[in-house]
Amino acid sequence: MTTASRSNPYTKGSTTAQIILNVFFIAFSLACILPIVLIVAISLTNEKALTLQGYKFWPDHIDASAYQYLFKHSETLVKAYGVSLTVTVIGTVLAVLLIALYAYPLYRKDFPFKKTFNFYLLITMLFSGGLVPFYLLYVNYLDLKDSLVALILPGLSNAFYIFITRTFFQQTIPEEMIESGKLDGASEWRIFFQLVLPISLPVLATIGLFTTLMYWNDWFNSMLFINDTNKFSLQYVMIQMIRQAEFFKTQLAGTGVALMVQESVPTESLRMAMVVLSIGPILFIYPFFQKYFTKGLTIGAIKG
Amino acid sequence: MANPAPQALKTKPATPTQGRFGRLIRNIVRYRVLLLMLLPTSIIFFINCYIPMFGLFIAFKNINYVDGIMGSPWAGLDNFRFLFATSDALRVTINTVAYNVVFIISGLILSVSLAIAINEVRNKLASKFFQTVMIMPNFLSMVVVSFIVYAFLHPEYGFLVKHILPMFGYSSVNAYMHPNAWPYILWITKMWHSIGIGSVIYLAAITGISEELYEAAVMDGASKWQQITKITLPLLTPIMVILTILNMGGIFRSDFGLFYHVTLDSGALRSTTDVIDTYVYRGLIQLNDLGMSSAANFYQSVVGFFLVIGANALARKLNRDTALF
Repeated sequence: MTTASRSNPYTKGSTTAQIILNVFFIAFSLACILPIVLIVAISLTNEKALTLQGYKFWPDHIDASAYQYLFKHSETLVKAYGVSLTVTVIGTVLAVLLIALYAYPLYRKDFPFKKTFNFYLLITMLFSGGLVPFYLLYVNYLDLKDSLVALILPGLSNAFYIFITRTFFQQTIPEEMIESGKLDGASEWRIFFQLVLPISLPVLATIGLFTTLMYWNDWFNSMLFINDTNKFSLQYVMIQMIRQAEFFKTQLAGTGVALMVQESVPTESLRMAMVVLSIGPILFIYPFFQKYFTKGLTIGAIKG
Repeated sequence: MANPAPQALKTKPATPTQGRFGRLIRNIVRYRVLLLMLLPTSIIFFINCYIPMFGLFIAFKNINYVDGIMGSPWAGLDNFRFLFATSDALRVTINTVAYNVVFIISGLILSVSLAIAINEVRNKLASKFFQTVMIMPNFLSMVVVSFIVYAFLHPEYGFLVKHILPMFGYSSVNAYMHPNAWPYILWITKMWHSIGIGSVIYLAAITGISEELYEAAVMDGASKWQQITKITLPLLTPIMVILTILNMGGIFRSDFGLFYHVTLDSGALRSTTDVIDTYVYRGLIQLNDLGMSSAANFYQSVVGFFLVIGANALARKLNRDTALF
């Protein structure tokens, strides 16, 4: 160890250790990926084979009938996709803009109300009214039942992201830049949109991606506020699918109707196909933005 | 922080006649644009966070929908009396706290170990790949996770049930009927979902440690193990302590999706899977039992508040800079 290390201080352990480490991480990576592979495999398995052999990682024959069924009877799916997409896009754009707008004055050293508005945010991180008053406010007073606003509005208040953005401003935007902008006669809005935002792209991208994920993956607000089937989000349709299939199985088991239902609708593979379609977009964008995710987490870890 | 203070001192004696109020008005006019920027989010926080805070008094009301929230009669502590008279309160409290303690401790150990291990992987490409894959589970919603668990545990077709358990002599096990299995199932699920992303934070901290420390240690003939225990771990300790303490502040809240969806809200599992969040939700939405639900809600919010304050005070004591406030 010693002689080798002396010549190269950056050496990282012996070759055997490296092999063990790599084998471990390959196993760990498989543990992370294989469950998703299982879902994909089930979605591509013939329904009869499923009932005979159970869920397997490698289907004997690839059978896309679940996907065909989904695309043929896709009204629910298309609608749910539309809802999820609308909520995600509007929510993300609004959230990023509002977060930046709130974080910017908190960064400005000359802003006299900085402390007040910092405190205003901090309180929301400490104390929460909880579910019951929140629900009653949205349903009874704001009348947001079955409204897409109820899916967007809750996601817009995120104190943690505001603090991350403010920290980023403090670390990257020199005070002099704002000063010179003012000397050149630029308005506050112009300084914000043309000077501050462009150089803040890394943090805006990070926040944006986190928000996208939050909106895309949200099921809680749908579960609370949406009864109208036309406004079900993708995640909520999936909740219905995992619960309701269970329901008709227990209700109709052994009556013969169950057999009919099972034959015409590829229930098991259908559900998993739905899951695959819902995570598809995430797995697609994820590799491209992984470095931003890591960066964003790091900023958050340094100081919220 | 250092710059504006002298300025403020300078302006103070210059405008003695106008007083505090005059200065306030002037500042509002002068910074009206910045204030306007703050306005929309301030309103949103007021709606989403502040109004519900004041709504906590619902726990002391006997709500009926005819009279509305304001008009309903006061109930004193009746809601709380009902809540704590049942065995529910104790059960959900114990479940919530126990799961959180186990998740926090094991999550910490596993994330830190993972971060240290991945930092030792020499091949940069492999290391990047492992990191990418490790974080992935965290980007799946709990609904998707519930399908994954279901794919393994489906009473008839599940991969574990159909292919693995028979090897050990068990056939057709319906996990959704066995409450005692769920602490393990939920633990595995939670760790699968979160340790990858948890380790990224520690990895960032490790990469921030100066190479020189390790160089010097190697010069002195320190083994890899000694480098880890004598350099890496001590330098990670502050972050570990702070994050853990702050997590402790949230010990009365839990991952609703994990306990509600992954268990499929199965009634047979309640004894080991019901937590305060699911209890409040069920009371509110399914049973429409506003009294019980709002009492549990109040209990969670208030105890949660003191836990956060306490946790932060502790963090502050250990290290001023890393406390939340």
